[in-house]
Amino acid sequence: MTRVCVNGEARTLGAGATVADVVRSLDLAPDARGIAVALDGEVVPRGEWAATTVADGARVEVLGAIGGGR
Amino acid sequence: MSHDPLVIAEREFSSRLILGSGGFANHELLRDACAAARAELCTVALRRIGTGGDRSDPLARSILDVLRDAGVEVLPNTAGCFTARDAVRTAHLAREAFATDWIKLEVIGDDRTLLPDAVELVAAAETLVGDGFRVLPYTTDDPTLARRLEDLGCVAVMPLGSPIGSGMGICNPYNISLIVEHAGVPVVLDAGVGTASDAALAMELGCDAVLCASAISRAHDPAAMAAAIRAGVDGGRLARAAGRIPRRRYAEASTPMAGLPTL
Repeated sequence: MTRVCVNGEARTLGAGATVADVVRSLDLAPDARGIAVALDGEVVPRGEWAATTVADGARVEVLGAIGGGR
Repeated sequence: MSHDPLVIAEREFSSRLILGSGGFANHELLRDACAAARAELCTVALRRIGTGGDRSDPLARSILDVLRDAGVEVLPNTAGCFTARDAVRTAHLAREAFATDWIKLEVIGDDRTLLPDAVELVAAAETLVGDGFRVLPYTTDDPTLARRLEDLGCVAVMPLGSPIGSGMGICNPYNISLIVEHAGVPVVLDAGVGTASDAALAMELGCDAVLCASAISRAHDPAAMAAAIRAGVDGGRLARAAGRIPRRRYAEASTPMAGLPTL
């Protein structure tokens, strides 16, 4: 089991879970446009989602576009 | 003035009105405002998705689709960042999310005035330019700071007219004119526009473009206000090029006195 904090909320994932698994756990398609992921504050490029495992206690931020600016 | 493009970082735009996507109540209003503004660039922000935070925002899932369908390019911003560190990280995330190295850089000093934090802004701009970004910084109306940002390699400077969303227009036209006078990169009047005349004044002062959201998105009729502000931008641009008459303290007759009859 891997306990992680995703967008400020605690989640439990299977052992060896990857960034791609985290994205899928939010009902997002891994190829969805306009999404970016930070793992413990560092950007994980989309091409590395499937190969990047999330450690127990990791902080993951999954971000998308909203209306904003002025 | 039939071909009078705005050029930023070697990219040409025919529209001198950049739209901000903040504050629109729904997709349709944003879409209609894009069309009425004839916008080619529109800012978007990055926020958490999928855990509830975005679900109160009706634009969350498909704002990119709305903009794409409107033929408008995305200009990501770092809205909500209070430190250079957060702004730099947000910019890198935006580059990943939107596949663009253009970033509207905002580093805010406090959440009551939303005025830029100059020290953090300069630090973030320097880092991001070094990281290969095309940086468009939201800045105060300080001519020295604007010049410093340009010297760092920013591709435009975006001084505020007055605080974000205040609608107070251009509080210090003198400073804006000084920024324009010394700038070697485009000057985009950012923040404070309340109505069409504010946008016209920005352009008359020599700004190259205007960025506007609240004045449009929070207007009673957003599309109508978008059209009005666009007309203000175009009118101000034409007036700037036409060369206005100097201000005088007293009248100057336009009709000659010679030949005046004695009655």
